Amino acid sequence: MSAFKAADFRLLGQYDFEPKSIQRGYAMRTLHLDVGTRKATEKPVSEDMKKRFTGGKGFGLKLLWDATKPSTKWNDPENEIVMGMGPIGGNTNYPGSGKSLVVSLSPMTGVPIDSNVGGFFGPYFKFGGWDALELQGKADVETIIFIDSNNGTVQFFEAPANLQQDTHLLAEELTHAFARDEKDLQSVSVVSAGRGADHSPMGILNFSLYDKRRQGIRVKQAGRGGIGTVLRDKKIRALVCRFSGVKPDLNNAADPAEVQRIGLKLHREIVVNDDAQCKMRKQGTAHLMEIMNNYDLLPTKNHKYGQDPRGDEIASWVWEKLFSQNLPDGCWYGCTMACAHAVDHYELQTGPYKGSKVCVDGPEYETAAGVGSNLYVYDPLGIVELNFYCDTYGIDTISFGTMTSFLMECWELGVLNAERTDGIDLTWGNWKGAAQILHDMADGKRFGVLAGKGVKFLAGYFVSEYGADPQVMKDIALHGKGLEQSEYISKESLAQQGGYYLTNKGPQHDEAWLIFMDMVNNHIPTFEKKAEALHYFPMFRTWFGLQGLCKLPWNDVEPADNGKHPEPNKVPEHVENYFRLYTAITGEPLTWDGLVRQSERVYNFQRTFNIRQGYGHRKDDYPAYRAMGPVFEDEYLAREERYDRQMKEKIGIDPAGKSLAEKVKITRDYRMSQYESLVDAVFKRRGWTPDGCPTPEHMREIGMDLPEVLEVLKARMAGRI
Amino acid sequence: MIKYLKLHDEKCVGCMTCQATCSRLYFKEDDPAKSRIQVFQMGLGKFHLVACDQECRKCVIECPTQAITVNAQGVVMINKGLCVGCLACVAVCPIGAMRYFPGDPAPFKCIACGACVKTCPADALEVAEKEESPASRLPFEIAEAARKKEVHS
Repeated sequence: MSAFKAADFRLLGQYDFEPKSIQRGYAMRTLHLDVGTRKATEKPVSEDMKKRFTGGKGFGLKLLWDATKPSTKWNDPENEIVMGMGPIGGNTNYPGSGKSLVVSLSPMTGVPIDSNVGGFFGPYFKFGGWDALELQGKADVETIIFIDSNNGTVQFFEAPANLQQDTHLLAEELTHAFARDEKDLQSVSVVSAGRGADHSPMGILNFSLYDKRRQGIRVKQAGRGGIGTVLRDKKIRALVCRFSGVKPDLNNAADPAEVQRIGLKLHREIVVNDDAQCKMRKQGTAHLMEIMNNYDLLPTKNHKYGQDPRGDEIASWVWEKLFSQNLPDGCWYGCTMACAHAVDHYELQTGPYKGSKVCVDGPEYETAAGVGSNLYVYDPLGIVELNFYCDTYGIDTISFGTMTSFLMECWELGVLNAERTDGIDLTWGNWKGAAQILHDMADGKRFGVLAGKGVKFLAGYFVSEYGADPQVMKDIALHGKGLEQSEYISKESLAQQGGYYLTNKGPQHDEAWLIFMDMVNNHIPTFEKKAEALHYFPMFRTWFGLQGLCKLPWNDVEPADNGKHPEPNKVPEHVENYFRLYTAITGEPLTWDGLVRQSERVYNFQRTFNIRQGYGHRKDDYPAYRAMGPVFEDEYLAREERYDRQMKEKIGIDPAGKSLAEKVKITRDYRMSQYESLVDAVFKRRGWTPDGCPTPEHMREIGMDLPEVLEVLKARMAGRI
Repeated sequence: MIKYLKLHDEKCVGCMTCQATCSRLYFKEDDPAKSRIQVFQMGLGKFHLVACDQECRKCVIECPTQAITVNAQGVVMINKGLCVGCLACVAVCPIGAMRYFPGDPAPFKCIACGACVKTCPADALEVAEKEESPASRLPFEIAEAARKKEVHS
């Protein structure tokens, strides 16, 4: 199968370690690899570190903080990629327990990015006896790092010149090269990017898992914020981990029978309820497509609209037919939610692999919306094609989708033309044009190189080079802190604008998804209620990343009687599962307040990290106006009745007799002022100053008053950073 | 053909000898919670027997490591060496025939070995054969379809 065996690779360095068993979820040590010097260092985890940072993303951020300086840029050698697994991670009983949390200083934002990813690498690495992996330095040659968790070896190899670069081939090749034999293929996991990540800051990490039934590799993505670009900047071609002997008790849980019991309870709930609820087992997150379209929330033409009559052409049932059914499509063992679906034997229509039949991982909702409706692409196979090439080139489908939709709108506005795009036609719906941008990104040539720099850069570039209207560019370049917004329309939900933009890393939906609570059900009408939701949900959801858990089994399946609870949005019975699961593994008791407190410590530490790097001001937390309301007159007209009604009922101004331009401005002024009030309320609830700086008192209260943290906060409050 | 344990509820007298035989054979102890056949009392003198019918094979589909396979006799078998103990198979079993004992790493199920048949005093059990049904062919057809499926552009 593979052209290579591991023995073919030139060994550059080796480090031997003693594999160690995990005790109650923790190994109490981390591994630091310097890819420049090819040295490995074992670091102990102190009880204090465990108490304050919990694990996973918490450990990742702590190690990244210690390794970098306030002046560190993403491409400095000291920047790291850190993966943390979390104490619950790697158990095989509770669905969604195989996540790795990856952090790095982002090439897109300059502040820490965190990304939650499936695949086998994290747990396999953990089972060698590690709570986290740090990668630092820059290699002088293309490097493959191989970690054998059974044997206790770390090997640095030089990647041979003819080794593949794009993930679908590279990960397959390395899986075969490092497996002991054909029966051992499932014991190998590869982390890689692709050629696109060499030329764009929106590079991803693909974490592989070997799929026995398909007899090939699958990939899950640490997609946001450009960590793949950092990997390639370090000249790391791939990380490979091998571990055989996965058993349910490798965390040496305090109460393994309880872990089984809680896991089986959720397995059964999923098996019984999923068909009547989210259909994750058949459609994955793509089940959301028509729901979002029906509620005017599906990004359409660069988030200008939330709906289109063609929505059904890419609805959930279309994906259900394209996905192979009745396969255990979990991204870690024991995930019966099984949402990691794939389109098998898809024949590529463009690019260097045209004519090849490939297995395409996804599309998930974000991809189907991002490179589908948002580009006005309603050809499902066009979406599949873009999904595939994004993955294999190592490009984030979300950033790519939002970026390309921005370009298409610029094309429509006349800012771009064929001369400026090297001949690529960016008419709405032309997915082959989008594919050409991707191929250019991979080649590092032509228009793709410029496009791949992301919307923040492009908006400025189009103003300075092409004389585009600065306000329009600012309004329609949908990013926060430099990261492109993910794929939900946030215009009609003030709380979701906060959910996107009052985040540490940028507008990604994993912190808070409040649209239904806010816009559809009107459960959080006041600023105080919105602020409470924007405190609770980001804290609650942060906790998944501390533990090595996936968010989806929390609320993409619900107990049949979930509605009986006063706060069904919190899915209280599942939160109870998490307390019990945490206690069964670690032996430590946990309450609802304790869970939020664990997250608050890490969340505020991350905010402080942003501040240390010179960001984390209130001014860094604003959306482009497209995320808040109608930018253009035709955009207003498309929902005129709604906006007019709001003007009368909410703003208290009678729209009658007002010109369209006046109405657009009145709406805009009102929405901007609403956002200001929201920021005030949220910062206050979070224990921050009006500029968004956590107060030392708050840090003391939550047990995060570390000297280095307080020093940064005091410097910010004194105006020194 | 599928080899399976045919259950005659109407003949069962509820003596639980089958459970004792089974758990002694596979777990070296007499514990109904460790028996691959289960006897449920449904009313005075009425019993319901549960053991894998070897036919639905939902567990075969669900297993992420292919630790659960079908042998040449059509019997669903668990390879404990490959099992990661996730218990997804226990969750999908529609009749509760896939079992586990709390704290033990791997699940267990009836493999139609016939040990209980020999000790049953009431002839309520027999090892029998039946035809493959559409349901029993499902996992293999699906796996094959996933490998061969064509998506036309």
